[in-house]
Amino acid sequence: MKNKFAVTDLFLSWSIPFVALIFWYFMTLGQSSASLFPPPADIVDAVIRLVKDGTLAKNIEISTLRAAAGFVIGGLIGFLLGVVNGQFLLAEKILNTPIQMIRNVPHLAMLPLILIWFGIGETAKVVLISLGTFFPIYLNTFHGIRYVDSTLIEMGKTYGLSRFELFKDIIFPGSLSSIMIGIRQSLGRMWLTLIVAETVAAKSGIGFMATNAREFMLMDVIVLSLIIYALLGSISDFAAGLIEQRVLRWHANFRKG
Amino acid sequence: MSKQIKGFAINIQNLSKCFGDAPVLTNLSLTVEPGEFVALVGQSGCGKSTLLRLISHLEIPTAGQITLNDAPVKKINPEVRYLFQEARLLPWKTVWENVALGSKDRSREQSLSALKEVDLENKAGEWPSVLSGGQKQRVSLARALAGEPKLLLLDEPLGALDALTRINMQALIEKLWKEQGFTVVLVTHDVSEAVYLADRVVLIEEGKIALDKKITLARPRVRDNSFTYFERLILDKVMKTDTDPVIESADRVYSI
Repeated sequence: MKNKFAVTDLFLSWSIPFVALIFWYFMTLGQSSASLFPPPADIVDAVIRLVKDGTLAKNIEISTLRAAAGFVIGGLIGFLLGVVNGQFLLAEKILNTPIQMIRNVPHLAMLPLILIWFGIGETAKVVLISLGTFFPIYLNTFHGIRYVDSTLIEMGKTYGLSRFELFKDIIFPGSLSSIMIGIRQSLGRMWLTLIVAETVAAKSGIGFMATNAREFMLMDVIVLSLIIYALLGSISDFAAGLIEQRVLRWHANFRKG
Repeated sequence: MSKQIKGFAINIQNLSKCFGDAPVLTNLSLTVEPGEFVALVGQSGCGKSTLLRLISHLEIPTAGQITLNDAPVKKINPEVRYLFQEARLLPWKTVWENVALGSKDRSREQSLSALKEVDLENKAGEWPSVLSGGQKQRVSLARALAGEPKLLLLDEPLGALDALTRINMQALIEKLWKEQGFTVVLVTHDVSEAVYLADRVVLIEEGKIALDKKITLARPRVRDNSFTYFERLILDKVMKTDTDPVIESADRVYSI
């Protein structure tokens, strides 16, 4: 019974991409790969070609590593600052204004500055991605902690919980659904920032692959890069969904069956 | 009567509490014997819940002193347990993990035996969100009992329950109180509940004690004539202040 639903769900969620693929196939029937939009078969050829010479795996790996490093650093800083500012009024008074000021500058606008400071090496990209992923996690952690049900905290106090236990047992789990929203928003910004950074200044990665292909009018590689971005984004979103389902399993909205 | 632990004696001397300029309790004194069951009744806003919060150190008195077994209340005491009107269970912890918050070393055995006392050991592994209102309140009672308290403060814990569940909960509270011998202070606006459960009913009016009445009925109590006598006596006293217009309008209704 349950299995049947899972199959139906899978079919429904992939129905539109599948129809789009068929549409794409018929629209580009009989065109050559040099045309402005290559047929699907050319993309498959490109995949085989790039897998064989190893560039595809190498570029996906370096892009994923950059994204992950930036996300972990930015997310961790955002989480810690969110916790500190959410818990201590004094910290919020001191730190919130400068954080909000920096937030109002789009992080991509810092790109020239970061390129001058850090060059076009890995550091610049990781710093830029950290900047991009920092804010959603910071804001959602902060608000999640501020809006934890105060009656539960009072209950915890009457039961003699220490400050650390209050955080571990009540405040953190109570803000987790909000933190998960921050993580999802940050994942979106992570890929966006990665693409921009790799397109503007890189010698490797998916973004570089696409930019480089433009020089030689390799339409199939350009379209393939876009598809890889879409897939990487979907995979990270799917992983976030799994984590959410696991850590929020007590929540009626996330309970299965 | 197997594991009698003697409850705390409470001694309240000249207690006052103001919120800003508004006095809530003025110069109130009250003593409660170890193991006694005292009910505080009164109209809403009379200060009965504030008194309970002061005893548990959730609020700090403006003046006066509270002692438990002659020790002044200076911090939240782990042997004093508080039951709120809402169950206040942590939704991200299972039923037994919630109960374990009340036990001294978060022991699973202690939690399970406390759950057994309230007849919910078969729900130990469930999430609180699947329980009914009465079951949730029973879990929070188990959480309060898991630490073997010497004083139980009940802040209208049955107020939000339906009539049948209330009767069951009242019987359960009475049974556990008799078995374990802790002191109970119950805040309620239900005079009948106060007469049914308490050794003594204390009426609070405008921050002062207006009536302190021993209920001399034998337990288990039945709602007979003498029960009604006590209920009527206290209810009349509760309704007397500034309810004259109500009585007048009732007279008018009956004269039609």
